[in-house]
Order: sequence, then C-alpha cells, then structure tokens
Amino acid sequence: MKDTVSENNPRKVWMGLLAKAPEGRVAALLDAEISRPAFTWLRAPEIGSTMVRARAGSTGAPFNLGEMTITRCALTLETGEVGHSYIQGRSKADAEVAALVDALMQTTMASRLREAVFEPLEAGMATMKAARAAKAAATKVDFFTMTRGED
Amino acid sequence: MYVAVKGGERAIENAHAWLAEERRGNTDIAELSIAQIREQLSLAVNRVMAEGSLYDPDLAALAIKQARGDLIEAIFLMRAYRTTLPRFGASEPVDTGIMACDRRISATFKDLPGGQVLGPTFDYTHRLLDFKLAADGEVPKAPSRDAETGNVPHVTEFLNREGLIEEAPHDDTPPPDLTREPLEMPSPRALRLQALTRADEGFTLGLAYSTQRGYGRNHAFVGELRIGSVPVEMDIPELGFAVEIGEVILTECETVNQFTGSKTEPPQFTRGYGLVFGQTERKAISMALVDRALRWEELGEDNVGAPAQDAEFVLYHADNIQATGFLEHIKLPHYVDFQSELELVRKLRREAGAQQVQEAAE
Repeated sequence: MKDTVSENNPRKVWMGLLAKAPEGRVAALLDAEISRPAFTWLRAPEIGSTMVRARAGSTGAPFNLGEMTITRCALTLETGEVGHSYIQGRSKADAEVAALVDALMQTTMASRLREAVFEPLEAGMATMKAARAAKAAATKVDFFTMTRGED
Repeated sequence: MYVAVKGGERAIENAHAWLAEERRGNTDIAELSIAQIREQLSLAVNRVMAEGSLYDPDLAALAIKQARGDLIEAIFLMRAYRTTLPRFGASEPVDTGIMACDRRISATFKDLPGGQVLGPTFDYTHRLLDFKLAADGEVPKAPSRDAETGNVPHVTEFLNREGLIEEAPHDDTPPPDLTREPLEMPSPRALRLQALTRADEGFTLGLAYSTQRGYGRNHAFVGELRIGSVPVEMDIPELGFAVEIGEVILTECETVNQFTGSKTEPPQFTRGYGLVFGQTERKAISMALVDRALRWEELGEDNVGAPAQDAEFVLYHADNIQATGFLEHIKLPHYVDFQSELELVRKLRREAGAQQVQEAAE
C-alpha cells in the first residue's frame, strides 16, 4: 500500500470504495439520486479471479496465498468518459454500477455523486468497521497483579 | 484381453437422484439457505475457502450445501470451479501490518502495544454442550468499548529492534505458482508456503503436532496470532496504478522458535509463518510450525529424519484433493486389473498344488 501513484489519487480512492461496498449498496444510492445515463460496453462484465499474494513473515519474499473471485467491466458514456471497475465477488450488476460511477466521477456530476453516493457509502462502511473494532476492544485483556502472598 | 462393458447409466442416474433427495433430507424440516450456511457455519466456509484456495464465502457456502457438509467434497467443488475462472492478474502482496484485527494475541509478551485482544474465540469456553442453542435462544448483544485507532504493530518488530530474531528482509522475487507449474523439489519457501496454506488442515495439524512431540522439535512459541481483514490491491494495467479490489479476512501466525546459533550466526530466535484465508487459527498455527520445520536446511540444522522436515513427503501428501482423488479412485471399477491378479493367484496355486502332489508321490 506504499504506492507510487500516491495515496491521494482521488480515482484510486473512489475505485477502492466502490470495490469494497456492500452488495447492492452503490446501486441503491446512485438510483436514488439520478437516473442512469446511457453508455456502451467496452468490456461487458466478466467474472474471473485474482491471485492474492502475501509476504513470508509479513515483510519478506512474496508467495501466492490463493485466489479470490473478482468481476470487471469497462464502459463509455455518450460524452466519452471511460469507466472501469474491478470488484470483489461475482456480482455483474455491482461491477456495472461501479464502472458507471467511475465514469460519472470524471464528469461535472462528480461533486453531486461525492455527496449522494460516496459520503453515505463511506459513512456506512466506517460505522460497520467501528462497530467491529469496538467489539474487539471489549475483548482486550486488562491485566492486574494479584497481591502476592509472601508476607 | 480387454472386455468393453457398458451399462450402469440408469443406476448412476438413479443414484444421483437419490443423492439429491438425501441431501435435502426430511422435507418437513426447513431447507438451509446459502446465506444461513455463510453466516452460521462460517468456520466451515472459511476452511473450504482456504483449502479450496478461492476466497468467496457464498461459493464456499454453496459447495458445503451441495456436498451435504462433506468439507473435502466441498473443497473439491471449489477447486473445480476455480479452474473455470480466467485469471485477471495477481494482487500486490497484502500488508498484514494494516490488518483491522478482530483478534490479536501473543503468547510471548503479556504487555504489548495494541494489547491482547481475544476476539470471538472458543478459548476459555468450557466445552460443554450449550442446550440453549438447541432451544432457539436469543443472542445477547456483544459488549463494545472505545477502540484505539491506528495499526497494530507486529510482535516480531519488537524483537527485531534488539536483533534477537531473524529478519524477513523485503524481497520482490516473483513467486512460483503451483497452480501453473508442477510442484518440484527442491522447493523454495514461497512454493512451500503456497502449498501449506491450501493444505489439508488435519494433515498439517498432525505434522505440526509431531514436531511438538519430538519428531523434529523446534520449540515454537506463538509470538503472535492475529485475525482480521486486510485490503487487497491490484495493479490495473488500463489505469496504470493499483486500486483496492476488495478485502479478505486472514489468520496470521508468527512463531518464535529457538535457535542456538552457528559458527557464523549469533544465537537468535528464528521464525515460522502461517497465513490462511478466513478465521482458521488451528490451521495457521499448524502451518507456521510445519513451515519452520521445513526450514531446517536453510538454517543449518540437522535433518533428524522427522516427517515434518521432509519437504517432499509433506508437500506431496498435504493436498487433500490430490490425496482423495487417488485414494477414492480405487473404489471405482478395476474389474480387469483384478481379473489378471486373480488369474495369477490361481496359476500360482495350481503350480504349488502340482508340486505338492509330485513331492508326495516321490
């Protein structure tokens, strides 16, 4: 996640959020805000896999851990913007909406979508993460020393 | 002599129809949904993903349902499905240092940054059957507490600072992939780790246990065990940069093992590494112990002839799909093979009998 293209590449950030969104969530948020524009497929949704890699001892040489399912597609809006999506799982509908949002984020719609799609999406995901972290924190051991019985 | 035999189609069809009926069981009982399996039998789902070597909880749940709960059969289904998928690429190596930990414990340090976080564990339960679960009881809400933010540091980092433990220096050698090239000996560690992470849990556990009992003992402590989710990032060629494509839950175990040092190396702890898809801690600990045992050669240790030190033995027998494929094929028709054996035994007996008669006559 040390990346050369920098952590503040906004497209990288939004594509990551779209990939990690709960199933159907982006579609619900987008459809509540706008009616979807027309587009043509550059690459229709396709299900495949990615080999997930890790490092020996977490920092050493890489090894292949196993694959994960992934769905990808690419499309063009009538105004010419190209949207891509690479998302975990096998939902073609989610891949389509993710690519559509990726394309729309390159148009003047960007700020509207930031507010209507990404803010609630991010907030929802942060709440879920925080709830899990809080449950984990509640299982943290507080050690205390018992009185020693030597005297 | 080869005798072609046909037949059995109807018997096979009927057997499969009955299998479907038996799978469903008594129709007075509600049918299991994929979502129920995914949510309520999640550790079985995790095992099927880990050994099926494909991270997809819904598919693993479907495989478990189809296999009637036979996990090796379910793993077989996952492996078969996996081969139908086009591979879009490989991820950047995941960074377990930024894991959002559900659980993180160390058996070597009581007080450590980030603390001992037990998570949803079976540890410290009394292992008594809970009849409340049979009575459809409601689940009390799990308590919460304010969480610290920020990454949880790895335990090995503390030891590294003092030089007390071997380093795992950064390296970008592209790893070999046993799903693309056959497993060959001698195998580099990257290949061994790939084979072990998808290896049968029972086999790995048995080998790990054998090292604890003295067959290639390596004095393992669980330096750290952590379970949680990490983002997966992949380079997208069309874009020219990497994006997060999802998240996976992983279990990581780092063992700290004794090492007496050698002529060139001062005494230092060594490491074993286990990393497995899902919440799969028995497997991850086992993997770390077996990984460490297999490293005897690079660490200049003696080969004491223990099974867990024998990479060829371990890696060629650890895959439960290969093993069950070969094992179970012997139940399929071998009529002709057996016929020839039968002929041979009859012939030998005839010859032996004739000899006896002759000896008696003499």
